Amino acid sequence: MPIHEQSLIRPENLRTRENLVLDGVDVSGHWSTFIEARTVTDYNERLQEEIASLPGGEHIHRCWQCGSCTNACTVNAVNPEFNPRFWIYLVRVGMEAELLRDKDIIWQCVSCNKCTYACPRDVFPEGVMKALGHWLELKGHTPKSPSMVFDEVFTEQVMERGRIEEGRLIEQFFKRTGQGLKQDWLIEMARRLLRHLPLAMLTRMGLSRLKAPRTSGWARSRAVLKEYVHEQHARQRSELGLAELVDTARRDAAGISHG
Amino acid sequence: MSETKAEKYRRVAYYPGCALEGTGHAYNRSTRQLGKALGLDLREVPDWNCCGAMEAKNIDPKVQTYLSARILSLTANRMGMDVVMAPCNGCYHNLKKAEYDLAHDADSAEVVGRLARKAGEPGYRPGQVETLHALEWIKRAIGEEELRRRVRGGLKGLKVANYYGCMYTRPRHIFPEKDQGPHSESTSKPHFMDDLLAAAGADNVDFPLKTACCGGAHTLSDSDISTRLVLNILQAAEAAGAEVIATECPTCHSGLEMHQVRAEKRLGKRTHVKIIYFTQLLGLALGLSPRQVGLHENVSDAFSLLASKGVT
Repeated sequence: MPIHEQSLIRPENLRTRENLVLDGVDVSGHWSTFIEARTVTDYNERLQEEIASLPGGEHIHRCWQCGSCTNACTVNAVNPEFNPRFWIYLVRVGMEAELLRDKDIIWQCVSCNKCTYACPRDVFPEGVMKALGHWLELKGHTPKSPSMVFDEVFTEQVMERGRIEEGRLIEQFFKRTGQGLKQDWLIEMARRLLRHLPLAMLTRMGLSRLKAPRTSGWARSRAVLKEYVHEQHARQRSELGLAELVDTARRDAAGISHG
Repeated sequence: MSETKAEKYRRVAYYPGCALEGTGHAYNRSTRQLGKALGLDLREVPDWNCCGAMEAKNIDPKVQTYLSARILSLTANRMGMDVVMAPCNGCYHNLKKAEYDLAHDADSAEVVGRLARKAGEPGYRPGQVETLHALEWIKRAIGEEELRRRVRGGLKGLKVANYYGCMYTRPRHIFPEKDQGPHSESTSKPHFMDDLLAAAGADNVDFPLKTACCGGAHTLSDSDISTRLVLNILQAAEAAGAEVIATECPTCHSGLEMHQVRAEKRLGKRTHVKIIYFTQLLGLALGLSPRQVGLHENVSDAFSLLASKGVT
């Protein structure tokens, strides 16, 4: 089935009648199911340009719909609704409303790059998935995904000190996503780790918790990176026709978070 | 391989990266110990920073390119060296990607050059430094023949599934030296780890998921999918007859360890295959003690298995 017909045969577009006579012919039974006629009028003609203006989306116009990306996709194997080829198609024809049906799973791309490896047209579908995630969030269609929260916590640490420290990373991520640290698997991992008393490792990790590792001479890099990220986010908002963010104080404090 | 080429890789810059200072401590320890045992000289990159891992690129790809190019610049301009070795797949991938982008994408080169100038750094010119993974380092500096000669006891009879993950081979355009004939690494069927462990006596099993994804990018943000992906890898390894999954990436390694436990707790699926860094296995094969290679720093407890196999 051509992929563009996928949206036509959803259950809500199908009509079945018990008894139906058309032009004097009784078509009851197997022949009584029809696809509801519909006209699409809400195309977003700028959708492809909007995605292409975000990092990773630059090459979406190259796609010729071979489907290698979806065929290779790690997440598609777990969840068939996760369909990069279909989303790229929807963006290219501007079917924004159709795309929004899948808005809550697009962020689940695991960046394994099997799609990018398989793509014969160098669309870089992995990048397109990230651009779609940003677009959904910038346009206010979705809240920040857990993955985006993680990326922000991580990159804030890197920009601030030059390095990350895993204890703080997990702690801050769980805090921002409202999860407790007392996860059954985390406790079990700690129990197994302690079995052979890895003292040097525990001491090292403990000291890093007390004093976060940092790159010496990082101050200038920190300032330069923060300024750059700030500029880029302002540029992206203007490309999408969105207003400047008002709460710049909060954004400056966090370094990255936009909105 | 010519003597001079192997010689070149015997003294290289070492970029451990953030994970090897934390949960990947055993990989750091075993890599250093292995180098020492083989007479290889590792010089740690001074004042190194995070390469950006899998996260910084989602804030902005050029932030990641800047971060990774800074490591290459420190190697070339501060240390005066032309080879840097990174044991972590994420670090290795990002340095290779920065090398590629700076050489092929004028916009990246311009932006990253400008950021480096503003930060008062010399900047990096593509071609100054060759980036190696720990697998390539051992393969090029030592090679299977020498390894075979030096192995004592060895890994004889140990059934191993070699797991390479995503970042070591994909996307292929950032690894121009791979897929170049019999002596090069393959991006579809990588074999460098298989080669080295076979030289150390291991019995490599036919493992179909060498380059499957463990969901490492979402290990905490979408844990249920990661657990399913990892469980699939663990079960496939066991079905192939493996007692051990050999790893060459701290994110894959801790992902396999974490989700092996999580699959037990949340899905009631227990697997018994042990997860061990390839550097730990090679170290043991060369006669290093379990503690020297940090076997006690793994969550996956392989002591009794390795003892029963006569490896330790």
